[in-house]
Formats: sequence, C-alpha cells, structure tokens
Amino acid sequence: MTRTSETFDRVLNTGAAWALALIWVLPLAYAVWTAFHPAAYEARFELFAPLTLENFSKAWDAAPFARYFLNTFILVTMILAGQFFLCTLAAFAFARFEFPGRNILFALVLLQLLVMPDILMVENYKTMRLLNLVDTIPAIALPYIASGFGIFLLRQTFMTIPKELDEAARIEGASFLGVLWKVYIPLAKPTYLAYGLVSVSHHWNNFLWPLIVTNSVETRPVTVGLSIFSAIDSGIEWSVINAATLMTSGPLLIAFLLFQRQFVQSFMRAGIK
Amino acid sequence: MKMRALKLKRDWIHGWLLLMPALVFLFAFTHIPAITTLINSFFSTPRGRRSAKFIGLENYDRMVNDPVFWKVLWNNLWFAIGTIPASVGLAIVMALWVNEKLMGRGFVRMAYFTPTVLPLIAVANIWLFFFTPGFGLFDQITGFLFGWPASNYLGNPDTALNAIIVVTVWKEAGFFMIFYLAALQAIPVSLKEAAQIEGAGRWTIFWRITFPLLMPTTLFVCVNAVINSFRLVDHIFILTDGGPDNASALLLFYIYEVAFRFWETAYGATLTVALLALLSLLAIGQFFFFDRKVHYK
Repeated sequence: MTRTSETFDRVLNTGAAWALALIWVLPLAYAVWTAFHPAAYEARFELFAPLTLENFSKAWDAAPFARYFLNTFILVTMILAGQFFLCTLAAFAFARFEFPGRNILFALVLLQLLVMPDILMVENYKTMRLLNLVDTIPAIALPYIASGFGIFLLRQTFMTIPKELDEAARIEGASFLGVLWKVYIPLAKPTYLAYGLVSVSHHWNNFLWPLIVTNSVETRPVTVGLSIFSAIDSGIEWSVINAATLMTSGPLLIAFLLFQRQFVQSFMRAGIK
Repeated sequence: MKMRALKLKRDWIHGWLLLMPALVFLFAFTHIPAITTLINSFFSTPRGRRSAKFIGLENYDRMVNDPVFWKVLWNNLWFAIGTIPASVGLAIVMALWVNEKLMGRGFVRMAYFTPTVLPLIAVANIWLFFFTPGFGLFDQITGFLFGWPASNYLGNPDTALNAIIVVTVWKEAGFFMIFYLAALQAIPVSLKEAAQIEGAGRWTIFWRITFPLLMPTTLFVCVNAVINSFRLVDHIFILTDGGPDNASALLLFYIYEVAFRFWETAYGATLTVALLALLSLLAIGQFFFFDRKVHYK
C-alpha cells in the first residue's frame, strides 16, 4: 500500500468513526439541551439560548423522585449484598469441594442464564402474593439474589487461585470459612468490583418486574416512577420530562463518566469467561 | 485411607451447606416457577371462588388459534432479525475503530458505550421525542434535508416495530463492542505484522485473520443478543405500548398484557411455556453450532 492511500485510509476511518460517534451521542445531547433550556427552545437551536435549571426543579416537585431514589438505592444495595453473600458461598462450593451431584447442580445454576426470573413473572408474582410480599422492596430483590451469572463468574475466579495458598492457610489452622475469607475473597476483589458494577447498573435500570410487583410510592424504583411520570398525557412539557429522564439516569451516568475505564474493564472482565 | 474417607464426607457436608442458601433461592424463583408454569398451563385461570380446574390442552388450543400470538411471534422474529445482525455488525466496526490509534479515541469510545449505562426506560423517553410527528428531531431533519412531510413513525403499523428496532440497536451495539474490544486486544500483533509483510491489505487481514479469531466472541455475543431479543421490552411500554394494533408487541410484552392487564394467568403461563420452549430450542441449536464452528485454542 502506498503512503498516500494509507493516510487517505486513516482520514476516512477517523471521519467515519467520528460521524457514528456523533450520531450516537445525538439523542443524549439533545435530551441535555432540552433539559437545560426553557421550553421555548425545545426545537430551536440557538447558541446563546438562556440556560435554566427550572425544568429539574419542576420535575422534582411534580413527582416524589426523592423517595424513588431512596427506593432504588435500597433495592440495589439489598440485591448486591444478597448476591455477594449467596454467590460467594455457592461459588466456593463449586470451585473447591467434591460432593455428589455437583455437576448436575452446576448445570441447574447455569440454566438461569437462559431462563431469567423476568420471564417467569406470572409464577413469581403468585409466589410473592403467597409470601405476602407484594408491593415491598424485598419482593423486587428476592428473585435476583441467587444469580447464576454471579456464581459462575466467582467460581471461574476461585478456580484460578492456586491450591497451595488454600492448603497453607489450612495448615495454619484456618477453617474452611476462614480460608474463604482470608484467601479467596481478597484475591477475587477485581471480580467482585466488576460483578458489582454490572449488577448495580443492571438493577438500577430494571423495569418490568418492579413494575409488576410494586404499586405505591413507598416501593417504586426510579425507572417505574419515571415511566408513570412521563406516561401522564397531561401537558407536561418535554423539557421537564427530559429533565426527569436525565435525573433518573444521572447518578449512573456521572459514575460512568468519572470511572469510565473501570466500567469498561469491568464489563469486559464480566464478559470474558 | 480412613482419613481420606473422612475428609470426603466432610467435603460433602461443607459443599452442601455452602450451596444450600443459593439453591433455595434459585429453586424458589427459577426452577420451581418454571415447572409450575408448565403445570398451570393445563389448568383454567382461577376467578373469585372458582378455583383452577384441569382443562387439558385447551389453553394450547387457544394459543394456536390466537392471531395475536402469531402476530407477536412474527414480530419477535423480525425484531431479532432487525436487531441482532445490525448491533453485532456495528459492534465489530466500533471495536475496530476504537482499537486503533484514532484522534479523540476517548470521546468516540465514550459515545459508543454511554447508551449501555442508561435505563431502557430513559432511552425510550429520549427517543420518543425524536419520533414525535412534525415537532421531533427526526421529522425536523428529514424535513430540512429532503423536504419530507411529517410522519408518525410510532403510530404507523408499518414503521412502529422498525422504530423500536432502531432504539434497541442504539442501546445494544456499544455493549457488544466491549466484548469485541477485549477480544481484539488479545490478538497478537505479530499475526497482523506477518500478514502485512506478505503484502495483505487491511481488508484481507480482517477477513482472513481478525474475523476468524473473533469467532468465539461473536458466538458469545450472539447468544446474548438472541436472549435479549426476547427479553428487552421495557422501551415498548413508553414508545408504543405494543400498538398500533399489536404491530410492535413482542412475546414477553404480550405475556405481561395477558397476565397483568387481562389477569388471565393460566393463558399467560401457556404463553410463557411457549417462550421457554423457544429459548431452549435456540439454546440447543446454538450449543451444536458452537461445537462445530468454533475452534478454541
């Protein structure tokens, strides 16, 4: 290949990559534009249009977003704590213990990657009604805390940890739970971080199951709150809806922009088995 | 010998104890509901004092004769065909670009990946305004560039599903890009250099070296994309609510409607069985495809 055609190639590629990137940010950029400008500028683009935070305060006042945020925060924390606890124990069992039925049980765990709890919403709703948990935050969380994905991911990590470390700790008199706590969990920290980020962003964004199982302000997470807020056909201005939209995705979005590298690496780590 | 047997016994007990809590939840919310779904699909929906009674295959008979069921199944097929190749193809192109030394690479990567972090509900809200007839950005752009009249993309049965597909591709491509990026970084540079010395062009290098080496990633991503094509329905609630006339309803959305809007839980269970059967078929199919086509190192 000649030199000029190579530069030409490079320019073409850069141009195309940028064009696609601009198309990709356009929807978000547009939402930001309308959210920070008065309603009159929803479809008029002037460089010096006045900036305002009024849309945000209107949205904040129009619906109990503070409560929704609190609910989502409790929900995400509950799920993450439950997942870390249950998945760690299960993964440790699969990685380092020999017992009858291990392979079958592991296959049953992996089955959950295909048959997610969302798909079984009809039966899960009945279960929640039976347990008298409908319209509570635990009801949203419970189906997700034994995560097949989490067990799988942690098992893979635990299996890479040299057995010698395990045996050394046992010789020093540590119990099997002590070994788990002192050897396995510290060495699997990057996996926990990766899985944690994936889990938090997934459950922050989850919608269908919370929609079904909640029906009051005290339990609704932000996604359901947002859908109710924007579904009211009354004349809520677009700029206000967009402000609410940005607000609900805001914490994750800001966290993502600040920790972009960790996010991307976490998703990568979680994806490669 | 005795010691070893004792250790094995202890291993059994410890293993089972460690597993127990996770298994309880796993069975309670995944395996048992899957089985009761199947059982309930042979019963009628309990109403008031009338409890469910065994009705054999009546629900299935109804399903086979339900035009809406076939409609949403067909929609789901189109949705899969529309989203999977487009988002996977775009993901590869994005990953190739971002993997190179590109001007402003950080911004480009961020732009591609950001939709992944947003809730699908929020995404739908943003795009809803894009699609607004006359006023929305889509119409403004097409009107300005080509002088097209205002069109109601979401309200028209011919375009509603396509609009949903566009939104889904936008949301998913950046997510899949990450996996390709990881795979690309694992390909040794020496392979590419050797090919360059042999005089291979970029195109040849991609199709002969890079693409085959990405095959395991492609299959992993495809499995995810297929599952997602049955699972992603959140945005439908905001954008079209399945309409007009079920033109943009997908199978899972229909299950929601039947079970939680019409409260016909038995028929909902029957539809869920159909979805589960479909997913298992696809899983089995992909498993065999995996075994034949992918050569791991």
